Amino acid sequence: MTTIEAPRTPVRPAPKRGVNLEKWGWIYMRVSGVVLIVLIFTHLFVNLMLGDGVKAIDFGFVGGKWADPFWQWWDVAMLWLALIHGANGMRTIVNDYTKPGTAQKLLKLALFLAAAVLIVLGTLVVFTFDPCPAGAPADLLPSFCAA
Amino acid sequence: MPESSAGTLTAPEKPAKQKPGGTLYRGREGMWSWVLHRITGVAIFFFLLVHILDTALVRVSPEAYNAVIGTYQTPIMGLGEVALVGAIVFHALNGLRIILVDFWTWATRHQKVLFWIVIALWVVTMLAFTPRHLINVFSH
Repeated sequence: MTTIEAPRTPVRPAPKRGVNLEKWGWIYMRVSGVVLIVLIFTHLFVNLMLGDGVKAIDFGFVGGKWADPFWQWWDVAMLWLALIHGANGMRTIVNDYTKPGTAQKLLKLALFLAAAVLIVLGTLVVFTFDPCPAGAPADLLPSFCAA
Repeated sequence: MPESSAGTLTAPEKPAKQKPGGTLYRGREGMWSWVLHRITGVAIFFFLLVHILDTALVRVSPEAYNAVIGTYQTPIMGLGEVALVGAIVFHALNGLRIILVDFWTWATRHQKVLFWIVIALWVVTMLAFTPRHLINVFSH
């Protein structure tokens, strides 16, 4: 039977040597959370509220946005901050609902791999994106491709 | 008995009016904000995984991307987007509440009031978003 420490039990001091990763994780969730509110609320406003909203999103819309390095970096910042924030939050949940052991390790490995693979994939997609791929029908491309 | 296990939970002496509810969890605003934060967080995480993959299709071909993004523009997905935005807005506002509770003693004491402020701001934001989004989804 696991005993739960009483409220007001004196704090267990963190190890004095080395980096306290749990502390930095705690700080990361708060700092990235505040930044993500700005990044994601703007993302949602621009993509869902302006103009015809979700109905206007297609290849040409994305090509038009990513023609500007501003939106490339905006979306890459969202990608990194949100995936690490989400994966770390999921890690907290795994810690809460599983006992230490193989299953817990596998779940955390899966979270790490999902975040790492998607961060690499997403970053490559944003920076190697070609808005005017050769041979594609002109009516599907951003208007500047014709020029 | 109370002296036998220092450092672990023993029946605390507390005023009757502070007794927790009839369940293991304490209930009330504190618990429900925590529950909603978890559920919305998990939902947003899984959407994020899918959203990165669907966006990555711009690197495959315009046709592939347009085919998948077209499914985001159907009425059922349009309603799903209202749920998604609702989850994001709650998670964002309650996250700010958590930061305030962590760093500001006034907010720690008034976390219940802050929960209802979160709910009020959520309602206002959703009233601004939902009609405009649903008009876009259903009127083109």
